[in-house]
Amino acid sequence: MEQVTKSSVVSLKDIFVQFDGEMILNHIDLDIHEKEFVTILGPSGCGKTTTLRIIGGFLSPDSGDVLFNGERINDLPPNKRNVNTVFQKYSLFPHLNVYDNVAFGLKLKKVPKAEIKKKVTKMLATVDLKGYEKRPVSKLSGGQQQRVAIARALVCDPAVVLLDEPLGALDLKLRKSMQLELKEIQRQTEKTFIYVTHDQEEALTMSDRVVVMNNGSIEQIGTPEDIYNEPVNAFVADFIGEANILNGTMIDDCRIRILGKELKCVDKGFGKNTQVDVVIRPEDIEITPPEQGQLTGVVESSIFKGVHYEMSVRCGKCEILVHSTKSAEIGSTVGMSVIPFNIQIMNKLLPFYDNIIETVVTYASESDNSFEFELEDETVTVPGHYYPEGTRLKITLPPSALSLTGEGAGELKDVYIESVVYKGEHNEIILESDERKWLMLSDTDEQVATYVPLHFDFSKAQFAVLDASSGEERA
Amino acid sequence: MKSRKLTIPYIFWMLVFTMIPIVIIGFSAFNDGKGNFTLEPFQKAFFYSGVFLKSLLIALISTAICLVLAYPLAYILTRMKQSSQKTVTMLLMIPMWMNFLLRIYAWVILLQKNGPLDLALSLLGIHGTYIGNTAAVVVGMVYEYLPFMVLPIYTVMSKIDPGLIEAARDLGSNNAAVLGKVIFPLSIPGVISGITMVFVPSASTFLVSQYLGGTDDIMIGDVIDNIFWTDQNTGAAISLLMMVLIFVFLVLMNLFGDEEAIA
Repeated sequence: MEQVTKSSVVSLKDIFVQFDGEMILNHIDLDIHEKEFVTILGPSGCGKTTTLRIIGGFLSPDSGDVLFNGERINDLPPNKRNVNTVFQKYSLFPHLNVYDNVAFGLKLKKVPKAEIKKKVTKMLATVDLKGYEKRPVSKLSGGQQQRVAIARALVCDPAVVLLDEPLGALDLKLRKSMQLELKEIQRQTEKTFIYVTHDQEEALTMSDRVVVMNNGSIEQIGTPEDIYNEPVNAFVADFIGEANILNGTMIDDCRIRILGKELKCVDKGFGKNTQVDVVIRPEDIEITPPEQGQLTGVVESSIFKGVHYEMSVRCGKCEILVHSTKSAEIGSTVGMSVIPFNIQIMNKLLPFYDNIIETVVTYASESDNSFEFELEDETVTVPGHYYPEGTRLKITLPPSALSLTGEGAGELKDVYIESVVYKGEHNEIILESDERKWLMLSDTDEQVATYVPLHFDFSKAQFAVLDASSGEERA
Repeated sequence: MKSRKLTIPYIFWMLVFTMIPIVIIGFSAFNDGKGNFTLEPFQKAFFYSGVFLKSLLIALISTAICLVLAYPLAYILTRMKQSSQKTVTMLLMIPMWMNFLLRIYAWVILLQKNGPLDLALSLLGIHGTYIGNTAAVVVGMVYEYLPFMVLPIYTVMSKIDPGLIEAARDLGSNNAAVLGKVIFPLSIPGVISGITMVFVPSASTFLVSQYLGGTDDIMIGDVIDNIFWTDQNTGAAISLLMMVLIFVFLVLMNLFGDEEAIA
């Protein structure tokens, strides 16, 4: 990798943060190199802003080290760090005009007045705000305020500039032009930019490297091309760009079974008959006559998008998204083919499919035909089954037996939605409770990084007795 | 328009209880009591110019002391936990629920001969009375008006966006620079309304000096109180002069405030 030769400006080593017992950052390691534009990308609540605040010095990690040019700076306050931030809401000083806002940092550094004037003037020219010196910041548009905030951070000549979703408040058109401008400013000033966003397109457009985060952990670090073409798992594939993410079985090296068909691919080393996630980008699917396709399906919709047609093709129970320059009639059967190189195989997010609970029956009622067991400090009642007290049980809950319910209901009151990935047929939702993870299928979309109660439908569960201990007699 | 109609009662109120009384005061100030125009009440009023000046001086000193005490208190308050902030503001307000006269009496008792202060100091061999002087008047006034200084400053200060403080720190400010370059300039509107709310009533207050001050600590409010029943015209003239002075003061204050460019 080319990055190896460059030195790290900022390094995060095993950073751990929690608030009120809630884990925010889960042992994060991150190296940021000189003159690099790094984007930390993730859904809201993934810990990306927290990461930035740790680098800025506004938050100290519960454990782990923050290194700056190799020196530990955990206890250095923000004003002593050679880092400046462009804040999400700009945080311009309302009592100062544009010039004084930009000059704020230099004045504190006791830079001579003439030099301040020179630097501020030059910086305002760089951000295209020449002649705005005397304007009060409240009289500026969002885009102009944004540029003042950037100028204010850059003029201090920091080694690293932190940007916390700086374009979030701007409209789409302005955002696009500011993206290019920011990238240009970064190239001109040769500074290290650490940029936080939840907008994947922004991340791909501007970054040298993208850090994809979810649920307090880093999922993948790589160039935009890497992240897009070689996502490490279904979460990254789903988060970056549009993708068909399917369940597949690796038959052997370079042989994958998806949608009941065996296809060639280029990935190796997953082992034989391994369950995997497969991602195929919609633009990598070629529409062919039915008899020539590797897969066949029925066109359900076709929308003209300018450059291409966006088609939804039903292939068995699955819905496949295709971007093609050729259209096909709705209702017609088409063939689809993908070259092996464009089939990306990934390990499953979870090592299991069915949710298995191993537990001991704590209370049983033969008359009600039900029993109870303890799960993460909650008592769970299972109706319709009777096992005597003390029986060790293995309960297998298929993903379809799990559902999210309303406030106050559910066997587990508070589970965290870690990821939601559409698999062409259902959403596969990964949930995290206090002690473990769960896999759930759902036809509805759910908001990640939220807490919801979880309900188990035990009528879909399978029960297996492991042994009847505690001296209880078998019935 | 609907909104117009809603303002009618207030306009009526302002007319009856603000505008008309001012006109009556103005009329009676330029009147010899028999309906003839005269400047005599003002000539008589100038007889009290010493009291005027002293009142303004006492008010200024009290305001200054209030500001010096209130500003750090407000600043510390904003940095406390939310629950402690509520408790402290509550404690500041509670004395205001008590009758004004009682609060002054309390100070009389505290400061008088054989009062708690005297007894405490006599242990050190110092005896005397601590009322009947200007300092006692100032103490009474500061006690009386301190909450009116703290609350507006606190309100404005607590509304300062914490993001601005972070931005200042990010750009290299230590705690002193954050206070001097961000918090202070942004809290000026609170300081101005605090000064106004303390200076205006303390300049025209009465009774405090009668109870706590000496014979020469009489304030203009007391003069108006005494004179009005015997010589309405002079009383009106003094009131009018007082109003003009306060008006000038407020205009000056606001000019100062504008200069600091409060956004």
